[in-house]
Amino acid sequence: MRGLTILFRRELALAWSGGGGPLLACGFFLCLTVLIPLAAGGDPAGLRPIAGGIAWLALALSSILSLERLFERDLEDGALDLIALGPVPLELVVLTKAKAQWLAVGVPLALTAPVAAITLGLPPSLAPLVLLSALIGSLGFALTGALGAALALSSKRGGLLIAVVVLPLFIPPVVFGAGALERAVNGLDPTPALAFLAAWTLFAAVLTPFAGAAAVRNAQG
Amino acid sequence: MISVSTLTVSRGERVLFRDLSFHIAAGEAVALTGANGAGKTTLLRTLAGFIRPDAGTVAFADIEPALARANHIHWLGHLDGLKTGRRAREELTFQARWAGADDDGIAAAVDVLALEPLLDLEVRKLSAGQRRRLAFARLVAAPRPLWLLDEPFAPLDARWRAALGLMMQVHLDKGGAILAAVHDPLPVTARSLDIGAGR
Repeated sequence: MRGLTILFRRELALAWSGGGGPLLACGFFLCLTVLIPLAAGGDPAGLRPIAGGIAWLALALSSILSLERLFERDLEDGALDLIALGPVPLELVVLTKAKAQWLAVGVPLALTAPVAAITLGLPPSLAPLVLLSALIGSLGFALTGALGAALALSSKRGGLLIAVVVLPLFIPPVVFGAGALERAVNGLDPTPALAFLAAWTLFAAVLTPFAGAAAVRNAQG
Repeated sequence: MISVSTLTVSRGERVLFRDLSFHIAAGEAVALTGANGAGKTTLLRTLAGFIRPDAGTVAFADIEPALARANHIHWLGHLDGLKTGRRAREELTFQARWAGADDDGIAAAVDVLALEPLLDLEVRKLSAGQRRRLAFARLVAAPRPLWLLDEPFAPLDARWRAALGLMMQVHLDKGGAILAAVHDPLPVTARSLDIGAGR
């Protein structure tokens, strides 16, 4: 559909270059992976068992950074009104925004994740698994994050609210993602945890368009 | 083009207008007047579908409201909807294409609104009047029959007010319709619709 392509290009350009692009998110991600071990005492042996968990926590926090940009700026400058009077229903607009956010910020974060995990002491042989789980997880983060950003629209200065709305929703993927890595470290099959992670991402893909569109309509009225 | 019957809209506790009915025919321009706070913007936003009325209906000639909102209405609020960090060309292309314009339509709009020298600048470098011209370009570029305008001339100088008046006349001559919230008279022949004193 032509309308979707037009919107996707715009969203990708805004996510890539507008404040809070991929460089900022990846930089924040790496800072966190340095900070947490320092705070935890810096003993590599003690760190190794929780390396996967730390990497996933850092991934979740970094995914929140640029969410405010998704809807709030468009509401403030009036662009959301134009977008609502376009060829694409708001449900697909929300989905397209989340998709662009994933491609511009989530994928670079997922590519950074193996570097961070190995730095923290995870066996380098697990890099492909880290990448795969982070790709699935960051898509879910982008979808859930878009929902949180849409819900926060109805409050003044909702930017800070987004984190509080979104972080509890990030608990399942962090549990499953870190769980997949932990199972692999212990020589178990990580597939069940990955399947749960993918199921949660699918759930977010179904819920976000409808709930997000309803929240946007509510904010415009 | 658009028929409004027994429309009642309230914001919070306050009823802005009750049982409002009017009709705008093809080729007709209507100047929406009323004091500050009377509800001009609210009425326009209700017609555009952003606000759900308490009672009454908004009907469009021959088509469903949802479809009308997808490709029949041009909305120009007091915000221009332009991203300050992007170049004028990118924003114009997005807004016009999203509204359904093709390359020829965009070229015609650039020509008639004299936007060529502005296109390579960032939107943040443009004056308020230049931004308004850039936002107006999508109305010229993409043919949509109903224009809902909220204070469209506020930042424009006399020359561009007159020029936009000509563009509105062309739109009306092609069978379009215009409802514009204004404080000064419209530069085209227009019926007046007054929604009261506000408070």
